[in-house]
Amino acid sequence: MVIYGVALLAGCMMIGLVIGDLLGQLLGINANLGGVGIAMLLLIFVTGYLKVRGKLPEATASGIKFWNAMYIPIVVAMAASQNVAAAFSGGLVALLGGVLAVVLGLAMVPVFAGRRPRSSVVTDADEPRPESMTTHTAGR
Amino acid sequence: MLQSLYDLVDKYHLVAAFAVIGLTMYLAYWISERFTRGKLHGSAIAIMLGLALAYVGGKVTGGADGLADITLFSGLGLMGGGMLRDLAIIATAYGVRFEEVREAGVRGVMALFAGVVVSFVAGGLVAFGFGYTDPVAITTIGAGAVTYIVGPVTGATLGASSEVIALSIAAGLVKSILTMIATPMTARFIGLDNPRSAMIFGGMIGTTSGVAAGLAATDARLVPYGAMTATFYTGLGILLAPTVLFLAVRGLA
Repeated sequence: MVIYGVALLAGCMMIGLVIGDLLGQLLGINANLGGVGIAMLLLIFVTGYLKVRGKLPEATASGIKFWNAMYIPIVVAMAASQNVAAAFSGGLVALLGGVLAVVLGLAMVPVFAGRRPRSSVVTDADEPRPESMTTHTAGR
Repeated sequence: MLQSLYDLVDKYHLVAAFAVIGLTMYLAYWISERFTRGKLHGSAIAIMLGLALAYVGGKVTGGADGLADITLFSGLGLMGGGMLRDLAIIATAYGVRFEEVREAGVRGVMALFAGVVVSFVAGGLVAFGFGYTDPVAITTIGAGAVTYIVGPVTGATLGASSEVIALSIAAGLVKSILTMIATPMTARFIGLDNPRSAMIFGGMIGTTSGVAAGLAATDARLVPYGAMTATFYTGLGILLAPTVLFLAVRGLA
């Protein structure tokens, strides 16, 4: 059933958030430390385990895939609810500080990545992700 | 008639948001295909459209949530809010191979620490250049350049003035919004086309909304890798900025 997939996703998220919260409390910071990342790792392990044992039927998987495919629309909604006006009204200090942080951050990516690995993106998802694969044909 | 329509959209705000975003996506992909022949991703255009609308919304209402502050579009706040965003980010991990994550793991963690420090130094230097000499102000603005959450949390801990805290939030917002726009444009030059560089990118930039949208506009397959490291970034920033980094600034000042 589709809800099993959604529930699995939600369960991973809640467990991850609880762990992230506990980590934050342990370190004495008032924030969730990596709860989402932990939830992602959990989802990778749990779905991997179930798939190998043939216990992840298509209906269940589609409950996860739906939210996967909703990612870009959700991000667009997020962009539309950002405080863009405040970012532009913060003055030169805020503008330059933010810009410099992004420029330096982007410039450091190849430094840390080093020599290019031969493999590019490989996933063992059952089918290509619609959002990334159909860009060039969309709207035709 | 118009009033009842208005009430209806307000009452069913999330469903209305789905429709609005669907339309925006359609328009964005149409523009991408028609005017850039698919060279600029439809998702990148959709995100820029979203940001432009958010600017208009913020200007019109004076609120903090962009277009979502306009009652007709309040559902956008829920759809694009932290809860559904995180759920969708986690769902992108479905189908990722753990080996790929593990291979880039060490570099990702290194990038995470470097990313917090580099952003902090960038923000701090700019603050210093503009004549701020108080270590608390320099630290708070530096922390704002880490993310717009680290800034105010650090400022509150250190007792910064509300003006400085507002500046730190603005710096973080600039970073987040610029990341959304600049990532798809620079991806080719920084080799952002594989899981490893995506994890490093997530660690270097870190601001979750910026990374999430920047990678979505570049290549949606990279999202889980970048998001995984980025999700640790704000927590690490809150841990380092008011403590080690503040002490370093005070030592130098």
